[in-house]
Amino acid sequence: MEREHVRSMVRDLLLARRFEERAGQAYSEGEFGGFLHLYSGEEAVAVGVLHAAEPSDYVVSTYREHVHALVKGVPPGRVMAELYGRRDGCSGGMGGSMHLFDRERRFMGGYAIVGETFPIAIGIAYGIMLRRLPEAVICFFGEGAANQGTFHESLNMAALWRLPVLFVCENNRYQIGTEIHRQAAIPDIHTRACAYGMPGERADGMDVLAVHEVAQRMLHAIRSGQGPQLLELDTYRFRGHSMADAGAYRSRTEVESYKQAGPLQRVEQKLVAPMDRLNGSPAALDEASLQQLRDEVEQIVEAAVAFAEASPAPTLTDAWDAFHAPGRHETLIRAEQKHG
Amino acid sequence: MAETLAYWQALNRAHDVEMAGDDSVFVLGEDVGLYGGSYRVTEGLHARYGEWRVRDTPISENSFAGLGVGAAMIGLRPVVEIMTVNFALLAIDAIVNMAAKIPFMSGGQFAMPLVLRMPGGVGKQLAAQHSQRLEHTLMNVPGLRIAVPATPQDAWWQLRQAIASDDCIVLLEHVMLFGEKGEVDLHAAPPPMHQAAIRRPGKDLTIIAYSRMANLAQEAAEILAGEGIDAEVIDLRSLRPIDWALCVDSVRKTRHLLIAEEDCRFAGAGAEIAATLTERCFDVLAAAPLRLGGLDLPTPFNAALEIASIPQIADIVEAARRLCRPPGKE
Ligand SMILES: Cc1ncc(C[n+]2csc(CCOP(=O)(O)OP(=O)(O)O)c2C)c(N)n1
Ligand SMILES: [Mg+2]
Repeated sequence: MEREHVRSMVRDLLLARRFEERAGQAYSEGEFGGFLHLYSGEEAVAVGVLHAAEPSDYVVSTYREHVHALVKGVPPGRVMAELYGRRDGCSGGMGGSMHLFDRERRFMGGYAIVGETFPIAIGIAYGIMLRRLPEAVICFFGEGAANQGTFHESLNMAALWRLPVLFVCENNRYQIGTEIHRQAAIPDIHTRACAYGMPGERADGMDVLAVHEVAQRMLHAIRSGQGPQLLELDTYRFRGHSMADAGAYRSRTEVESYKQAGPLQRVEQKLVAPMDRLNGSPAALDEASLQQLRDEVEQIVEAAVAFAEASPAPTLTDAWDAFHAPGRHETLIRAEQKHG
Repeated sequence: MAETLAYWQALNRAHDVEMAGDDSVFVLGEDVGLYGGSYRVTEGLHARYGEWRVRDTPISENSFAGLGVGAAMIGLRPVVEIMTVNFALLAIDAIVNMAAKIPFMSGGQFAMPLVLRMPGGVGKQLAAQHSQRLEHTLMNVPGLRIAVPATPQDAWWQLRQAIASDDCIVLLEHVMLFGEKGEVDLHAAPPPMHQAAIRRPGKDLTIIAYSRMANLAQEAAEILAGEGIDAEVIDLRSLRPIDWALCVDSVRKTRHLLIAEEDCRFAGAGAEIAATLTERCFDVLAAAPLRLGGLDLPTPFNAALEIASIPQIADIVEAARRLCRPPGKE
């Protein structure tokens, strides 16, 4: 793989971590409320998969989607402004952390009802097929969502009509406080794909290069008309389910052991290691360039916060405009806009 | 002998006594067991009663609510927690097509001793998909009974009554009420589950509300009292059935009706209340009933807009003034 590409993936891993930690800080300082689900620990999944995506591919995600949006190219300032509920947020301050949307960049939304990403994804894929385009849909979901009816219903339809979807399971082993063995009869989610005659694979979701490699191969096959596939990535969230969750159901030892093997640690071990540890192949990065990237993302994230803070709050008129905006050509009787 | 309990604690205690007293009562839902429930309502029950009576489920709302229906058909008393009302939309088939209809369409062969608990309402920036009020949806379903406790005392009474009932009861809780504390008399005999309560007697107007809005209406009434407007506040406590007799008596006395609801005003609970009370009290009403409700808009994320999207105390006060002192009649 090209040195530049590795560098840009590492940059996105660092950006993702810094963005999330900074968002968590702003939340703790009371800058905004609601539910905030951070992605720390899972970065290699979004970065590896989305670096294998084309700009013409679509992404559908969950409520834990800030990083998917960032890597898909939504400007950090617009993501942060949405978390702050501001007018310049990528959803105009109407959606918040769980509902990031960016139509232009084909970021098709964050959905907060578990299991909603599947039908949306097959709908987009159906449209792609109808128009015979060489595009794919990337559908992210947590392992807990694989027990929702929509998972089975949508996989069946996707396989039946050979729809171009890559289903990406972010298996972080927990559905809020319920560990996977207490909620899934078959905890190896990728094996469920065979029930629908769909290829299913599993990879190490802490290793960005491994994720990228498998996602690229699968997406290539999907775009060339070979039908849907399912990719399960083993990962772990370092923080609570949301800011409201102290995470008492996981032992400190468990959390620490995953942290030791986290995606950034992997990068440092694998990509920045001295020559001898890499059997003669040159390291993609050295410590100095890594530090340079860290400084770069620090600036990007601080600029995003400044952008969010400077953005005005939306007004009630903005809310009504958002409600009535998209492509309503027919004349509606305007609803009463005030209660009472 | 009263104790001070938070709303969630009152619900927790109600579960506990009912489970201790009847081993056909069992609880199921997402994270109700080891985790203790998203709002702590089932805290400690898993340790006390074990996993067969406090079951953590996968995220499969339609099927685990349906499981509750099947178990109720053979005489168990399931208490299904749907983490929030928003997810009940995925279980609407089990609730509406199964639970509500089986007793009737079996010709009365089956009872439905099922409780469906679900918190709803606008919280603090929970955004459009997590801020819904679905009472209008459920009120329109024959075969369901809907209790809406607004106080810890009612939470304690109504959950116990719901578990003891042979009908399917939906208990609509409110996300902003779980932490609210109040005096709970654990030994007092409860009023009938669907009886409304007069929170404050008054003679100038009737304010009808339910759930969190009933508490806001009561605060508004105190402000109005300072201005010489004597409001009677009714907490419905139940949305299906509605205690019409109590409401009719009040409106006939005050001749002015204001309804406050958090749900979207359009086709909401308030529409039903206004229509029925107009039919029954038209001859005495001094003015058209006034309805306050949520904007006809999904809930915005931005904090200020979120607040603006549902009635606040000041809105209730203002509406009451308008109703009792129409401009030009000062
Ligand atoms: C239909 C529905 N049921 C319940 C919830 C509450 N809830 C939010 S996230 C979550 C756990 C999801 O776990 P998983 O799919 O593994 O994703 P993760 O959060 O681990 O990324 C639950 C139960 C919801 N949002 N939607
Ligand atoms: Mg998970």
